[in-house]
Amino acid sequence: MSRWLPSLQSRKTFRHGVHPPENKEFAKDSPIEVMEIPQEVRIPLLQHFGVACEPTVKRGAELEIGDVIGETQDALFSSRVHSSVKGKALKPTVTTLPNGRHVNVIPVACDPEQSLKGRDLFEEIFGGDWPKGGFEDLSPDEIVSAAAEAGLVGLGGAAFPTHVKLKGAPDRPVETLLLNGCECEPFLASDYRLMIEAPAPILTGALLAKRAVGASRVILCLEDNKLGAVPILERAASGTPVEIQTLETKYPQGSEKQLIQAVLGKEVPLRGLPMDVGVLVMNVNTAASLARAVLRNKPLTHRIVTVAGHGIVQPKNLLAPIGASYGDLIEACGGLTADAARVLAGGPMMGFSLPDLDIPITKGTGGVTVLAERDLRAMRETACLRCGRCVDVCPMNLAPTRIALASRAGDYGLAHEWNLTACMECGSCAYVCPARIPLVQLIRMGKVMSKKEAVRKAA
Amino acid sequence: MSAEPKPPSAEPVSRDTPRFSIASSPHLLDSSRSTQGMMVDVLIGLAPVLLVSLIVFRSYALLQVGLCVVSCLVFEALCAGMRGRSLPLWDGSAAVTGVILGLSLPWSAPWYIAVIGSAVAIGLAKWVFGGLGYNLFNPAMVGRAFVMLSFAREMGTSAYVRADASIDAVTTATPLAAAKMESVMPDLWPLFVGIHNGSLGETSALACLIGGVYLCIRRTASWEIPAGVILSAAVFAGLASGIGLSPLSWFHHLLSGSLLFGAFFIATDPVSSPLTPKGKWIFGAGVGFFIILIRVFSGYPEGVMFAVLLMNAAVPLINRLTRPVPLGGLPTVKEAVG
Ligand code: SF4
Ligand code: SF4
Repeated sequence: MSRWLPSLQSRKTFRHGVHPPENKEFAKDSPIEVMEIPQEVRIPLLQHFGVACEPTVKRGAELEIGDVIGETQDALFSSRVHSSVKGKALKPTVTTLPNGRHVNVIPVACDPEQSLKGRDLFEEIFGGDWPKGGFEDLSPDEIVSAAAEAGLVGLGGAAFPTHVKLKGAPDRPVETLLLNGCECEPFLASDYRLMIEAPAPILTGALLAKRAVGASRVILCLEDNKLGAVPILERAASGTPVEIQTLETKYPQGSEKQLIQAVLGKEVPLRGLPMDVGVLVMNVNTAASLARAVLRNKPLTHRIVTVAGHGIVQPKNLLAPIGASYGDLIEACGGLTADAARVLAGGPMMGFSLPDLDIPITKGTGGVTVLAERDLRAMRETACLRCGRCVDVCPMNLAPTRIALASRAGDYGLAHEWNLTACMECGSCAYVCPARIPLVQLIRMGKVMSKKEAVRKAA
Repeated sequence: MSAEPKPPSAEPVSRDTPRFSIASSPHLLDSSRSTQGMMVDVLIGLAPVLLVSLIVFRSYALLQVGLCVVSCLVFEALCAGMRGRSLPLWDGSAAVTGVILGLSLPWSAPWYIAVIGSAVAIGLAKWVFGGLGYNLFNPAMVGRAFVMLSFAREMGTSAYVRADASIDAVTTATPLAAAKMESVMPDLWPLFVGIHNGSLGETSALACLIGGVYLCIRRTASWEIPAGVILSAAVFAGLASGIGLSPLSWFHHLLSGSLLFGAFFIATDPVSSPLTPKGKWIFGAGVGFFIILIRVFSGYPEGVMFAVLLMNAAVPLINRLTRPVPLGGLPTVKEAVG
């Protein structure tokens, strides 16, 4: 109904989208807990959007938390990798990340005597004093290179190297910095917990990012299912120019283009970037890491991961070392329940299902969702009813049924005519489809196959 | 937010726990909606209409609708069987077609009309095209058009009237026929509640409104379509009576015949209507326009059936013309190729 009555609606949001059950109650109220160090971590050399790193340590090297273990000099789109534990480097191996990419990993045998653990680790990362100003003597370049040295990437999921983002392009100045605290995926609560437990580094990071890109406005955005964090953030933001904006809870609000539409009413060009409309979007967790990188010279070695779902004995928000395996995280939450059926890297709307638990988490891992049998109701697919529901919810304003069915038929030209590549695979269409057509799967397949076809034609 | 696509072959062989289920995202589905659920919804929406027709036409309505539903189900099972589909295709769509076809027939139509109409609706209009979801035309309307053209006498205006019948309503002509042939102005109140002659389902505007609004609120029917039909029919009917082409006012036109029944239950068939909201408006407006055009200029007193079929044929074109523009505008030609 609300779609028909836009004038009565004062709460800001983007166009279209869906309201999946939020399921935030699993982990929303569990304070961040520092995870026990596992026996071994395995740190992938490619955790970001871009080029993989080369190992910089030999087998047997003694490592401290934060030592560089992987780097590449000549690629701009890359991000350094650091050891997340104190321990000894083992022989490099290979693993397959949840998204299907094969990557090299450096395993590190963890020293049982860690120099930092438990609450001390949390305090070292998020605690202490975070200044709310006085950054004038820091040059933008210093901030950018601190981000590069710390191996910062977007922690909201896309894992785009932060220093590339902050550097920007001289012809497209950034006016507005949006801090993304929407966390629209069901179950996940890591951004929310950080906003509640450590708002100070978020704001400091935001001000540093503002300084780096020369933005005139900074807006921290969160959905109205996280109102509990608002007074805390307001208190932390007092005396700073950071504005707080709540939005109507709707999926996928945390997607950059949708967030920009919701808050500023601007449309990012189809193949463009936020900076084309003078905006930079940064996840709140990334901002906190930026503060730590610039002011304390500490790299990104740990991240907050929500582990939740009916298939988890005790849902938690863990501060986990990067490279710990999904199995380690699940064990730290009491293990799987008897009816656990599907383990997801990420949330249920965009997450990848894992074939086994022996896969390491990366900088971009925001959550682990474990669904139980009862969540996976078998649904029989029928023919498309052409009901248009998928069109009504697509946040990119596409006609998902057309793209998916053209892909299924192998007619990639037609799929492109209906803007195949504009799909961001958010899953809204497949979520509502009454005919249970696996729209996203078909579209994803169409993208892969049409690329293959293009390559074949070119050859 | 988008991540690397997972090529089907790159799935790693599971090392220890092969019991995890693997599937593509999203892993949540809105379970409140299914194809079957939508069909059941349509049947619920049709209930008030069915009720009024039972009150007005009594056992005739029961027999006619019952016969159509049973025939449609039998033909559905036959066609599915011939196509090698699993038999219990209980998606409910055949029952919906049966009820709509039955409600669009005159009470007096002999049994073979119901059976032949159902055969054409299910066999020709639906299964020749590949079954539910593939048909271009509204099955019930194709079935009705076929029997109407083949059995002109049993389906024509005179079929509605029988002076010696035991039911009051059917001793006089249908309001639209009376207006057309004898220039008799129908009273509005009987038109609204439905105590007058007509096809089984078309007599009560009130019942159509109740059921139709239910479907729109549930979003089983797209509200844009009936809105388009009603608005455009009102405008063109007003025009027609304004310049003296029709003896009836625009309001009479809206309440009489199967206009509302068609607007809410026939034109809203998702399969044979457009995909986008804009397309649905255009489709509805076209149906409304043709209804009035046929009522005013043709020999038929009623035009809903042909209007819907005509606009069904235009749906592929409407879909192409109303292709949604993606957020952020269309790519330039150069980009689209790359
Ligand atoms: S929601 Fe499903 S059934 Fe409806 S048009 Fe889209 S793909 Fe077809
Ligand atoms: S077509 Fe793509 S962008 Fe649109 S709803 Fe489906 S997955 Fe999301």
